[in-house]
Amino acid sequence: MPILALDNVSKSFGALTVADKVSFALESGEALGIIGPNGAGKSTLFNLITGNIRVDAGSVTFDGADVTRQPPMARCLAGVGRTFQIPQPFEKLTVFENLLVAATFGARKRESEVSDDCALILAETGLLSRANQPAGGLSLLQRKRLELARALATQPKVLLLDEIAGGLTEAECHQLVETIQAIHRRGASIIWIEHVLNALNSVVGRLLVLNFGKVIGIGRPDEIMASQAVREIYLGIEV
Amino acid sequence: MMWLDTIVQGILLGGLYALFAAGLSLVFGIMRLVNLAHGDLIVLAAFLILVLVTALGLNPFVAALVAMPAMFALGFALQYLVLNRTLGPDILPPLLVTFGLSIVIQNALLERFSADSRRVSAGALETASLQFGPINIGTMPLLTFLSAIAVIIGLNLVFYRTSLGRAFRATSDDRVTAGLMGIRPDRIFAIATGLAMVVVTIAALYLGTRANFDPTIGPARLIYAFEAVIIGGLGSFWGTLAGGIIIGVAQTAGASINPEWQILAGHIAFLLVLLARPRGLFPRAVD
Repeated sequence: MPILALDNVSKSFGALTVADKVSFALESGEALGIIGPNGAGKSTLFNLITGNIRVDAGSVTFDGADVTRQPPMARCLAGVGRTFQIPQPFEKLTVFENLLVAATFGARKRESEVSDDCALILAETGLLSRANQPAGGLSLLQRKRLELARALATQPKVLLLDEIAGGLTEAECHQLVETIQAIHRRGASIIWIEHVLNALNSVVGRLLVLNFGKVIGIGRPDEIMASQAVREIYLGIEV
Repeated sequence: MMWLDTIVQGILLGGLYALFAAGLSLVFGIMRLVNLAHGDLIVLAAFLILVLVTALGLNPFVAALVAMPAMFALGFALQYLVLNRTLGPDILPPLLVTFGLSIVIQNALLERFSADSRRVSAGALETASLQFGPINIGTMPLLTFLSAIAVIIGLNLVFYRTSLGRAFRATSDDRVTAGLMGIRPDRIFAIATGLAMVVVTIAALYLGTRANFDPTIGPARLIYAFEAVIIGGLGSFWGTLAGGIIIGVAQTAGASINPEWQILAGHIAFLLVLLARPRGLFPRAVD
């Protein structure tokens, strides 16, 4: 049974259709990449999955339950974890406090139960030395790592990564990919929106291509990259 | 030693103003909500304490303890059912709604209690005093000041040492992201207003036992509270105490020169601080 399934999900803002009958399923433990030109509706798709935007039509099923009408808080508790393309840490809280908030409220646990886990997550994401600094003072890479760490602290079943490698140097990107690969190996299901294709393809098993809110292809990365439609629509614009 | 006495009395009066202001500061700091009915809520709590004291014969301090959970529930419900609906990018709706609420509370109290001045009797404590060297300090003003310090320490502990406090700060930082972390912002806001109403009850205890009150004096208390919060720097609790003390000292100093100058001197001090430090004494780093 898939952990997450979208069935004919549609969303329009006025005349602009940002999701057009999108259907796909994510198997438990799978890593799926989403690509598409800017404005294709990739981040909107995440907002529809987290519940920050309500669908106009269609349904979202998570872990066997229909969550289409549930608010973001409930979906977070059910196990949807998300990072933002533009990192949005709680700037006035310290890095460790950012994680504590996510762990105590996002996984409904006591502070004493989660502080060890939070420290482990900080170590894994390379933020341990920054633990007691206000998150507002972090660099871009550190902010991206904090996004990842905070999403992990909510103990997600599915991790939604939104262009987490964007804007990083190659070395930084490589480190981050290794962290994500380690998380994936432990069994986390991942959906990753990314323009940095070599980073993406080193983690995901399937690619989904989105254009003007429509799924125009889903399959193995090599098949997708070779398909005519993707070359025209996606790579044609990129090159 | 007149001037020393004036300053000490002013500092103690500042404790009362800080109590008026702490709840306002709490609510503003977390949800950027300016509650124009804050002064009337203090008066409402004072009447609640009065009723408990006269009807049940309770000691005013016990009556305040009994009133606290009731006021918490009132604050929670008010925020959850009414004020949460007004929060948004536009700052006008909360101002209009709390202004209306102020009128409703005043008139409801007038209807029930008439316009007579009331006072909660604290018995022998009212006139008790302690001698510190050359200065005579009233026991009630001293208790007021110590309560203000206790409230501010307590609020700081909740804010910076508890999971609830982290949720307050996280929600204040970014409401949408807080929702994604499993926080329910509407409920966090309701708890914050409930907590503010507990502080309001403590302020009401000292308002009611130290001076006469009637249903219409709320807005005047609100002005002192506002000035204390703004002088202190929005959202800083210790700043709020400092702001209260500055207004208190200015008022007693003004009154020692000429009794007519008491209120004016407080407002002038407020304007002078704003001229020198437009963002208050202890502004938060980013706002």
